[in-house]
Amino acid sequence: MTGSTSEGVLPGEVQTGSETPLLRVRDLVKSFPVRGGVGRRGKSFVQAVAGVSFDLSRGETLSLVGESGCGKSTTARCVVRILDPTSGSVEFDGIDLNGLSADDLRRSRRRFQMVFQDPQASLNPRMTIGQTLSEPLHIHGVDPAESRDRIRELMSLVQLRDGDLDRYPHQFSGGQRQRIGIVRALVLRPELIALDEPVSALDVSIQAEIIRLLERLRDQFGLAYLFIAHDLSVVRHLSDQVAVMYLGTIVESGSNSDVYDNSAHPYTQALLAAAPIPDPRIERTRPRIVLAGDPPSPINPPTGCRFRTRCWKAQPRCAEEEPVLADPGIGHLVACHYPEASNVITSRPDRPIGGAL
Amino acid sequence: MTGPLLSLSGLTVDFSVGDGVVHAVRGVDLDVNHGEVVGLVGESGSGKSVTMLGLLGLLAPNARVGGSALFDGTEILGLTGKPLRALRGGRIGMIFQDPMTSLNPVLTIGRQLAEAIEAHQPTLTGKRVRARVQELLEMVSIPNAAERIAAYPHELSGGMRQRVVIAMALANEPELLIADEPTTALDVTIQAQILDVLADLRQRTNTAMVIITHDLGLVAGVADRVNVMYAGRVVERAEVDEIFHKHQHPYTAGLLRCLPRLDRRGIDLDPIGGAPPRLDRLPEGCAFAPRCRAAIDECLVRDPMLRMVGASVVACHRAPDAVASLTGAGA
Ligand SMILES: Nc1ncnc2c1ncn2[C@@H]1O[C@H](COP(=O)(O)OP(=O)(O)O)[C@@H](O)[C@H]1O
Ligand code: SF4
Ligand SMILES: [Mg+2]
Repeated sequence: MTGSTSEGVLPGEVQTGSETPLLRVRDLVKSFPVRGGVGRRGKSFVQAVAGVSFDLSRGETLSLVGESGCGKSTTARCVVRILDPTSGSVEFDGIDLNGLSADDLRRSRRRFQMVFQDPQASLNPRMTIGQTLSEPLHIHGVDPAESRDRIRELMSLVQLRDGDLDRYPHQFSGGQRQRIGIVRALVLRPELIALDEPVSALDVSIQAEIIRLLERLRDQFGLAYLFIAHDLSVVRHLSDQVAVMYLGTIVESGSNSDVYDNSAHPYTQALLAAAPIPDPRIERTRPRIVLAGDPPSPINPPTGCRFRTRCWKAQPRCAEEEPVLADPGIGHLVACHYPEASNVITSRPDRPIGGAL
Repeated sequence: MTGPLLSLSGLTVDFSVGDGVVHAVRGVDLDVNHGEVVGLVGESGSGKSVTMLGLLGLLAPNARVGGSALFDGTEILGLTGKPLRALRGGRIGMIFQDPMTSLNPVLTIGRQLAEAIEAHQPTLTGKRVRARVQELLEMVSIPNAAERIAAYPHELSGGMRQRVVIAMALANEPELLIADEPTTALDVTIQAQILDVLADLRQRTNTAMVIITHDLGLVAGVADRVNVMYAGRVVERAEVDEIFHKHQHPYTAGLLRCLPRLDRRGIDLDPIGGAPPRLDRLPEGCAFAPRCRAAIDECLVRDPMLRMVGASVVACHRAPDAVASLTGAGA
């Protein structure tokens, strides 16, 4: 079967034979030069994304979760080509984007779009909403009458009024601006949308509105989402597949229930145990896992397993040998030498899990 | 132990802006008992921060604070100068969302902690101060405390800075800690560390705490009692279990129905709809009425007062029937 590696089935990989996934990412690496850093050649680099592979099928949602700086936004930006990857491949509908001419890449772009956390920063303050929304349509040669119809239809789908097209970004609330950001991503009728923390800055009620809107649009247009978030409850709600990232690599991935109900990587378990549940009775009896220290700098990642400096299970082997992302016999992928699957969200601890400070 | 440690009654904060007045806090009654953790929750702009900043005299000059705030039985509104400074950072410690608002970027953390101690205990010898600094850093579990004393704030991670701020807040063994979104800017594993530090300290010192947060999951884990604020008022107050399982206010119910859950998939999110009112143009009647699915005619004309209903103190004309009447609506 195509795309399988010796390590097993990749996150989100289609296993039904012939169908190509909409998105196939292999060994994606993105490094940035570090200012003032001194390496062998006078310059040093930080690997923000250090070899990430996953598949995303049509109409599915894959979430990348992890803490700030783990490389999830950089991965999404490489996928939608806001950034050029340093190495590795991104295939969209079977076409390797690296091999495309500038013209072909520009034409392909309409098929994958991006929504940002802060729509304020991504909307031009001097352009009306109407101007902002028609710009991409104009660039891609959609005729003006057709453009107007599309924009009208989408505006009403996200519950904005036609009259709003003549207004400027600052005249809208945060939630409304996020709706506008979503319309802008949709006008070219993409098949994939990368959403980078689209609800993180919003109050819970507005957040719930945007989440429901995203679900509705996904169903209506058959969209695939590459969803980036640090809120594990939002991710649980929205995702089919989940990949947990730590310091530029995927440490665990699988279906929603694989990762939430049967996590096996200690980092995933620490994240899940730390995410609050709005029920005091559950909070009082949940297992606690408190990790030691901060994530190390990606400029100088630990040898072997990148998580070992904060891991309560680390053994000498963890410093010597980097664990590969593989299925330890639990039906999903984990990059850990000592994986132990368990449900850390609901299980009552019969013995203490995790390390204290 | 006698009355509450902190007792707010009818606390108001008005801001004069241009040609209008923003009624940011509109008569808040709130008690904090010795050793207890009180949560203050609500959407942004509901007045959580302004309430606490108001009683500490930390608001901009365009603010006018009214009502009463008794700390250990003594009125503290209107305090200025030395008595106010003695209270802040002395008997009341403060932790804010952004640790840099509390830290001086050009002083080492050791120096800042020493100054925090010396300001309130001027007779301590240098040696005693240094020992106390070391002790505080260890209390908040800063690794290699002896080395970190010489570090500047920018040399520390966000989580470490917040620990330093907590150490500063604790420098003079306060009776009350006010923590305003203390972990909102931090990643979830670092949040867990900070909450662990706070829980540990509270066990050892029995300090009372007010925790301001927009995160209902967080209050579920840390608070003994919860106050829900809406448009400058407390609209419901109860023990933490009651707030989550037997709440009486449609707004409390609305907030909880918006939340995706870590422990369950496929729940129906039910947004409240609408937005909080402008605080310079409040509607007549209940401020929540324009968004409330339980509203009746009376709600549009008469402002509900806080009263005891079931296990809650709640400001809603329709309690105790309000929340039951929501079931099925809109979802
Ligand atoms: N200096 C000021 N001038 C005018 N309005 C202010 C000022 N400071 C705060 N406010 C207003 O007070 C209200 C309450 O704010 P705040 O207490 O910060 O809310 P919360 O902490 O619940 O998010 C908000 O509407 C805010 O805009
Ligand atoms: S008083 Fe009326 S409008 Fe206000 S919360 Fe109760 S039912 Fe709703
Ligand atoms: Mg606030």
